[in-house]
Amino acid sequence: MLSQHLLVLQVVVPLLSAPLCALLPLASPGKYFSNKLAWLIATVASLISFVISILLAIEVSKHGYISYELGGWTPPWGIEYRIDHLSAYVLLIVSGIASITMLAAQKSIEKEIAHEKISLFYSAFLLCLTGLLGIVATGDAFNIFVFLEISSLSSYVLIALGNNRKALTASYQYLIMGTIGATFILIGVGLLYMLTGTLNLVDLQQKIPELLDSRALHAAFAFFTVGISLKLALLPLHLWLPNAYAYAPSMITVFLSATATKVSLYVLFRFFFGLFSNEVTFGEFHLDKILLPLSILAILIASAVAIFQDNIKRMFAYSSVAQIGYMTLGIGLATKSGSVAGMLHLFNHAIIKGGIFLAMACIVIRTNSVQLSNFAGLGKRMPWTMAALLLLGLGLIGVPFTAGFISKWYLLIAALDQRSWLAAAVIVGGSLLAIIYVWKVIEYAYLKTSSKTIDSDTASTKEAPLQMLIPLWLLVAASIYFGFETSFSFGFANTAINALFK
Amino acid sequence: MIADFYNYWVAIILMMIGFYIVISDANLIKKMIGITIFQTSVFILFISMSKVEGGTAPILIDEVTLYSNPLPHVLILTAIVVGVATTALGLAIIARIYREYGTVDENIIHAKDEEEYEDSDEDLS
Repeated sequence: MLSQHLLVLQVVVPLLSAPLCALLPLASPGKYFSNKLAWLIATVASLISFVISILLAIEVSKHGYISYELGGWTPPWGIEYRIDHLSAYVLLIVSGIASITMLAAQKSIEKEIAHEKISLFYSAFLLCLTGLLGIVATGDAFNIFVFLEISSLSSYVLIALGNNRKALTASYQYLIMGTIGATFILIGVGLLYMLTGTLNLVDLQQKIPELLDSRALHAAFAFFTVGISLKLALLPLHLWLPNAYAYAPSMITVFLSATATKVSLYVLFRFFFGLFSNEVTFGEFHLDKILLPLSILAILIASAVAIFQDNIKRMFAYSSVAQIGYMTLGIGLATKSGSVAGMLHLFNHAIIKGGIFLAMACIVIRTNSVQLSNFAGLGKRMPWTMAALLLLGLGLIGVPFTAGFISKWYLLIAALDQRSWLAAAVIVGGSLLAIIYVWKVIEYAYLKTSSKTIDSDTASTKEAPLQMLIPLWLLVAASIYFGFETSFSFGFANTAINALFK
Repeated sequence: MIADFYNYWVAIILMMIGFYIVISDANLIKKMIGITIFQTSVFILFISMSKVEGGTAPILIDEVTLYSNPLPHVLILTAIVVGVATTALGLAIIARIYREYGTVDENIIHAKDEEEYEDSDEDLS
């Protein structure tokens, strides 16, 4: 009985937990107690979402897809929730990272967020999770826009809660660019509705091939491309990302870096292959001609800029822009194997980057800073955190036996299959640039001793709390496990893309 | 030809006005005004395409058989709520920026951030 409603529960559980967290301070007298309870609710809700998405993934691998009619209205009239392999894969990533984030969050949040705002903070986090899960679960084009705005609005709030006042301007800049992006997507949805009279994705997919001559369809495609690229932070439209990630509260950077851009990439897959089909996207509209050069530029420019950053969180934010370039490069190759590799990199990068920012959170909770100079000698004082950062850094570079190697290897093969020598060279070159910026941190942490006179504060720096170290090492273990055992990560991505491509 | 599609022209002109304000003006509040105009133009685009010639407002009455399409109205009702939330949040962030920086001018804010950056550099050396 319950299993029929799993798909909608995936979205409803975090949605209903959010107001619960927000109302807590009114109900309970002791502030400390209500903050703890809010954390517990958020954690349990995230874990339930994760369990549901595992059950859904099992269900999908048996039946191919699951459809849920909201309110009992049959599609295309009613709103349909529909997940296939692609959606189940992304749901797993989003809810999994949310669980890890919440398990580790408590201490870091207590340190970084004002006490009277903590329960509201968890409420905003749950709304953000709702939005991200909703985008992936829904089968309705307008619903995607609404969930996109739910997740975006709550992430603007979360970013603005950062301690540095630059968090405010970063959040504002994200708000402006994010709203423009979402409005562009809304225009695209409107034009499609005008042409077809439907908003259901499956229905749209069947009606679009007859309309290829229509100018309005071309305009809709263009609006989608720009709108999603803004949300995705594809290179010339990435300007909101580095500051937003650098100045957001540590735990929010962990969550957003591993999920927000990934879900945008899912929307790109869904619209360009689910809605328009790969033949139309590449054959008629030649998306690859734009996507490939921009991806190459993203990898090279963002990696190069990352090298010169002194704020390490900002450095890894630029590295995220470069890694998004890898994912879109896979799509830009215009082949099935390229898209599979892009999808696989989405999965692996979510684990690796989530872990790296979690290590940053561990460092912030003990030393209050992520400036490069602050890393001197940290290898001795926080050995477990720095060892995790080292292993994840190797994954980011793409060293064999890490998850990062697997996806870059598949990308490389896909590029060579297409005889796209430039793309292949850039994949390797980007990794070399990654060695430089990862090495910079490692060198400071292990080989330099603190030049400043050690005051009592830094001398007493000890290892991060166990509650943060365990989730961190879970991610490290996952990043190594998926470097050996690829039958799930590659197999699922492969099935997802095969079902999507014609 | 142009007159036939005047509703689209209105939407596009409004859209460009809003977009231009967002890009060109350094005042954060004026940027919010631009974003609002930009969003509203899209609402008009949706509403105008739901109009059926000769149709009346989509309210069920016996003697009428031809109605305008109600669906875009419903969609835009949702989008307006989203727009209001965006504006409210944007203004709230601006209010906090003003409290922290003492200005809502983007150029001055950037200048202040640069200063702070140089100061922190000196601290380190």
